[in-house]
Amino acid sequence: MENRERILNVENLTTRFYTEEGVVHAVEEMSYQMDKGDTLGVVGESGCGKSVHALSIMGLIPSPPGKIEAGKVVFFGQDLLSLNENEMRKIRGNEIAMIFQDPMTSLNPVLTVGFQIMEAIKLHQNMGNKQARDRAAELLSLVGIPEAKQRLDDYPHHFSGGMRQRAMIAMALSCNPTILIADEPTTSLDVTIQAQIIDLVNNLKEKLGMSVIWITHDLGVIARMVNRVNVMYAGRIIEKGSVNEVFDTPKNPYTVGLLGSLPNPEATSKRRLYSIAGEPPDLIGKIQGCPFANRCTFVIDRCLQEMPPLEKLNENHEVACWESEKVEKF
Amino acid sequence: MRIEDEILRIEGLRKYFPIRRGVFQRHVGDVKAVDGVNFNVYRGETLGLVGESGCGKTTIGRTIVRLYRPTDGHVFFDGEDLALLSKKELQTLRRKIQMIFQNPYASLSPRMNIKNIVGEPLEIHDAMRGKDLDDRIAELLDYVGISPSCMNRYPHEFSGGQRQRIGIARSLALNPELIICDEPISSLDVSIQAQVVNLLEELQDELGLTYIFIAHDLSMVRHISNRVAVMYLGKIVEIADKIVLYDNALHPYTQALLSAVPIPDPKIEKERSRVLIEGDLPNPANPPQGCNFNTRCPLAEDICFKKEPDFIEIETDHFSACHLVERDGEAIIL
Repeated sequence: MENRERILNVENLTTRFYTEEGVVHAVEEMSYQMDKGDTLGVVGESGCGKSVHALSIMGLIPSPPGKIEAGKVVFFGQDLLSLNENEMRKIRGNEIAMIFQDPMTSLNPVLTVGFQIMEAIKLHQNMGNKQARDRAAELLSLVGIPEAKQRLDDYPHHFSGGMRQRAMIAMALSCNPTILIADEPTTSLDVTIQAQIIDLVNNLKEKLGMSVIWITHDLGVIARMVNRVNVMYAGRIIEKGSVNEVFDTPKNPYTVGLLGSLPNPEATSKRRLYSIAGEPPDLIGKIQGCPFANRCTFVIDRCLQEMPPLEKLNENHEVACWESEKVEKF
Repeated sequence: MRIEDEILRIEGLRKYFPIRRGVFQRHVGDVKAVDGVNFNVYRGETLGLVGESGCGKTTIGRTIVRLYRPTDGHVFFDGEDLALLSKKELQTLRRKIQMIFQNPYASLSPRMNIKNIVGEPLEIHDAMRGKDLDDRIAELLDYVGISPSCMNRYPHEFSGGQRQRIGIARSLALNPELIICDEPISSLDVSIQAQVVNLLEELQDELGLTYIFIAHDLSMVRHISNRVAVMYLGKIVEIADKIVLYDNALHPYTQALLSAVPIPDPKIEKERSRVLIEGDLPNPANPPQGCNFNTRCPLAEDICFKKEPDFIEIETDHFSACHLVERDGEAIIL
């Protein structure tokens, strides 16, 4: 595409948590770029650092125990990590907004939905009560809630799960954010509702010219939603690139295994699924070498000593693996 | 398949949960969790049971093992009606039907070690003690890929996938014939899901088990099942062989459900057209009149609001409950 405008540049982001059991290396040396109009998928299993990375960008890491050890998050030329709380507050919810996984718990049950949407509008856009109310009603109908004006006075428990997630999206959109970070927004919803939410976000993205970071563990959602993808394992990006490249020619054994462990929708005969042996490592303490080495079938001595850096295979594909030439999709 | 291969037959099963209000706990209505369900399960097969949350699939599973007493209807296991059995008679049948639960963090007691968890059914039903018991527990743990040396550990020392294996070992303890797997993989990570599904398949081949596999993940159900039943709001709307169902879904809800599941291949996804159904699941305490899918069905006609459709055989072994399919004898592709 032409006229790509770089809006986000994450460089070497490292976030750790200092707990009683030890130091949790949640995100390690994470680097990626995002252009305007991108939908970037971040995929990985639970505990791989995908949510912590999003919270780090938003400046929402609780400290202590959390600490961003190193790195930069450059948003339109400005390093977000160097901002103080007041400056960050102008960006958070305004320029970069986030929707969370669980729509049941991320709304306040004792405040009306309308009040919660208006809160952000009044704070960031200097609107009066009446104006903000009109805007909130407009947003609710934008996300497909019928009779929006009346529903503003409802409490979250009057809404179903899908409607709550729609209300959360309305709240996130209230200030026309440049980037919308969606942290597993459909995980707790049923598939038919998930399809509705995915369509909604796709339409809104076109309409409002947003860029989206979509965090999920569901490779199907990634295939449907995004154009670029970061595959994470144990706090690191182990493969990234355009979604077609990564799904067609995965070059990291973990990505290959993950894709292979899904049932093939075309298969008519019964074959066993590929399964990656073992379990993801504990992130307490430093991992020597590649974190996937103990589950990997391609492992060589070097993997146990050194973490492979992300290497560029072509314009649209980077992978971190010493043996990537040998790795093939089955 | 013939009737004599049948291991389980369910006829007109209903399970209502009463809603009570006020000081006197007046009975004001019912949540119709399962509302008139018929199906059968053949020996050695896996029947997938899919549907959205709240559609009653778990309630069916729990009613079959008689964790719930059915409000109405019959559950025949090997010709015997489970719904009528007394508590004592149930005990002998319970050993033939076991259950694997959804959440491996909640279904294992944190105060019992693995030996007691897996051994408990053996102590109760077979009065096994001492070395016999230990040997059998070791054998069971070995089946599911847990080292018998872990016998004295507690559930918190294991990961989610390992706990689910322990739950499977417990369900195998009494050599059951039918295992009801209630969303056994939905709380596990993708790479661990494949491990558990493979384990279930291996055990089925080895021990000749019959499964009812309850899930909302349609792609995994397609992989593991022989036949699939689709549920909506307490009723089964369609049941067929899995290949027939996935290639030629008759009921509009099945079509919408299948098309809502994203396929992990960006090229297929770009070319696919999707059927979106609007709105949410209606309240099962107050289901719509007529066909209960009429509030969300893009094809609904007058008759769908007046009369409840019958669950009938459209083609051989392919049942569906839809007025339009019944009239046309084929699906209207959405």
